Amino acid sequence: MVDATHGPDAHAAEFPDVELYHPRSWWTRYVFSQDAKVIAIQYASTALAIGMLALVLSWLMRMQLAFPGFLTFIDAAAYYQFITMHGMIMVIYLITALFLGGFGNYLIPLMLGARDMVFPYVNMLSYWTYLLAVLVLVASWFTPGGPTGAGWTLYPPQAILSNTPGQESGIVLMLVSLILFVIGFTMGGLNYIVTVLQGRTRGMTLMRMPLTVWGIFIATVMAMLAFPALFVACVMMLFDKLLGTSFFMPALVEMGELLPHDGGSPILFQHLFWFFGHPEVYIVALPAFGIVSDLISTHARKNIFGYRMMVWAIVIIGALSFVVWAHHMYVSGMNPYFGFFFAVTTLIIAVPTAIKVYNWVLTLWRGDIHLNPPMLFALAFIVTFVNGGLTGLFLGNVVVDVPLSDTMFVVAHFHMVMGVAPILVIFGAIYHWYPKITGRMLDNTLAHLHFWVTFLGAYLIFFPMHYLGIMGVPRRYFESGDISFQPPSAHDLNIFITVMALIVGAAQLVFVFNLIWSIRHGKPSGGNPWRATTLEWQTPETPPVHGNFGRELPVVYRWAYDYSVPGAAEDFIPQNQPGTNPPHSEAPKKRRGAKS
Amino acid sequence: MSDPAVTHTDPQPGLTGFVSDWSSDKTAFKTASWGKAMIWIFLLSDTFIFSCFLIAYMTVRMSTTEAWPNPSEVFALEIGGVHMPLILIAIMTFVLISSSGTMAMAVNFGYRRDRVKTTVLMLLTAALGATFVGMQAFEWTKLISEGVRPWENPWGAPQFGSVFFMITGFHGTHVTIGVIFLLLMARKVWRGDFDTGKKGFFTSRKGRWEIVEITGLYWHFVDLVWVFIFALFYLW
Repeated sequence: MVDATHGPDAHAAEFPDVELYHPRSWWTRYVFSQDAKVIAIQYASTALAIGMLALVLSWLMRMQLAFPGFLTFIDAAAYYQFITMHGMIMVIYLITALFLGGFGNYLIPLMLGARDMVFPYVNMLSYWTYLLAVLVLVASWFTPGGPTGAGWTLYPPQAILSNTPGQESGIVLMLVSLILFVIGFTMGGLNYIVTVLQGRTRGMTLMRMPLTVWGIFIATVMAMLAFPALFVACVMMLFDKLLGTSFFMPALVEMGELLPHDGGSPILFQHLFWFFGHPEVYIVALPAFGIVSDLISTHARKNIFGYRMMVWAIVIIGALSFVVWAHHMYVSGMNPYFGFFFAVTTLIIAVPTAIKVYNWVLTLWRGDIHLNPPMLFALAFIVTFVNGGLTGLFLGNVVVDVPLSDTMFVVAHFHMVMGVAPILVIFGAIYHWYPKITGRMLDNTLAHLHFWVTFLGAYLIFFPMHYLGIMGVPRRYFESGDISFQPPSAHDLNIFITVMALIVGAAQLVFVFNLIWSIRHGKPSGGNPWRATTLEWQTPETPPVHGNFGRELPVVYRWAYDYSVPGAAEDFIPQNQPGTNPPHSEAPKKRRGAKS
Repeated sequence: MSDPAVTHTDPQPGLTGFVSDWSSDKTAFKTASWGKAMIWIFLLSDTFIFSCFLIAYMTVRMSTTEAWPNPSEVFALEIGGVHMPLILIAIMTFVLISSSGTMAMAVNFGYRRDRVKTTVLMLLTAALGATFVGMQAFEWTKLISEGVRPWENPWGAPQFGSVFFMITGFHGTHVTIGVIFLLLMARKVWRGDFDTGKKGFFTSRKGRWEIVEITGLYWHFVDLVWVFIFALFYLW
């Protein structure tokens, strides 16, 4: 919709390119930088660093489950703190921040042919607010009582009751940190959205954007609409905790004492939380979808199959994910009739998702597949995502979900679908774009080692968990003790999972080493090592300098997927190369003709 | 197709125009600058925040076990011996809506590059906004002195006070930020920063007259939100 106000100024809507802020000192160039690429690296480094903490926490939890009492410093309270912090850090501070703050900042301006984000100053503030949120979160380890142990969903009333670990100050810092994260993200998100809508280069139509940008764009739109619910839930719970209000707190007797709360609704929190929480799943999944499409197309040297379908599937998944949230609440005591509606919408999401999976597979079909690290991770993503998605069909149905609720089956499901799968894409994307960011390749042998241990290890961790879950092993239990329905094999399996988790975790240290070592010692990559079409590979300098594209912005003449075009000199045609190539809508027809 | 997809330059009406705008290059909103696109998207996000607050309030109002106090009586004032329900809220609403009118006029004169009138109207808007916040402070003081607290109140459901302080506080914060922003921008208009293209302190971007309209969009939004708060909290 066109904005109807036509002031004399409105016609000058296009800025004379970007009035870029030119840094004059080391501080403004590398620390308080307004360059999206530097901000991206800051975001990514912070996210990976805090993610390592969450990884260590998962080790500690697994140690406790397999060898109870072996690590004496893990008591029940510490265990719940580990669970809570592991979940919250991984979902929000690692994956969301890395996909949107990291890849979003780096790739959106470069892929769209822009000099920078549209509001570089606000973009900088976004990172520093995010960093503050992370620091507040970490600070909760150093307060009396430690961080909150309420579980990453922070359900009231137990989140603020006196026997929950971290109820002294951990929960307050957690909520404040989330509020800061939302504020910081909003500043970044405005940048990503407006850059995509209003900051593209000449010739770059929406339907010529690489799917990576589509995924990040729609995920950001969703985040801008879903994070408000989290914000409101956090504010209200903060008031419940600090001011003694009763938004989420019903009348309760605790330790024989009637609490001063009265008349609140715990389910209201669950609705608010999951109105954020479910879109959040797709906020981390959609960028992964987009990136994986580009990785597959580039490394299979084939155009993406069904580009338009892919775009619409992203948009439809984004829209549908706002009407499925209560499938997380089948056992919450909400009106049972809601279950039917939410089960139906949940299962409908499988349709656009399946379209995407088919299109990835059809892109691979008869492609010239290069099994280099990015491609390996992309392939691993597809199988992992299908796997996690299938168990999602189980849990989406009310009658199947009810017995499986709060078992290891759920843990296995969401780790497969929104833990392992997006992280595999993050790895693939780092292997793919690291040469552009640093000008050097990551070490290939270490990359293969990292891949195989991570991929196979992740399956060995989470496959057995499905089985444990079906046997009824509950999640979030500090120790299972002598529970008669669990055969001894369940515990053996637990030990096996723990050993695998330790090995997979160690493999990530190889990855971190590779990241650091290759900055200096990696093989020089040149500007376009993967022979890719998108604009970020066509920059005059590698790594791209401030302003990205030198004197002239690139002009886009084609879509992002002109690989192996019949009759072309090379097996890829960059987006900014003029020529008489058929437009993409007719390309498949010609290709079929050429084949037969 | 060797040309880049540079499509039309003149806006077309209706659905055709919508489709051709969105399938063109560079920008999807042909007449909106970056700043204006930004504020619309921000306001959309902020709408979700206020919606969540209001829906949460309505849920709590229905779930609470005690009776909800009658807002008409709680917010009544005795003026000259006459008992007037909701009189203060009515005046506040009138003031805020009037400020939207002065803001709209400021935007109009902004596009005519009329520095004096724009400044005066923006200051007037800020003054009305400050009046609104002042009356809200009076309202808070009155309720607090009558024993309303976030956790209890003398008349019924304790959530009444919680919701009241939370929602009016959040809205009042928005108005206050708007007032501060109006004052800052009025100063820039008065100095003529937008005629000389003086660069912003932090951003090193040139100031543009359009910021008056962006401020205005925010202001109208805050005003609109108040209408919903008025209807759903005070009148229900």
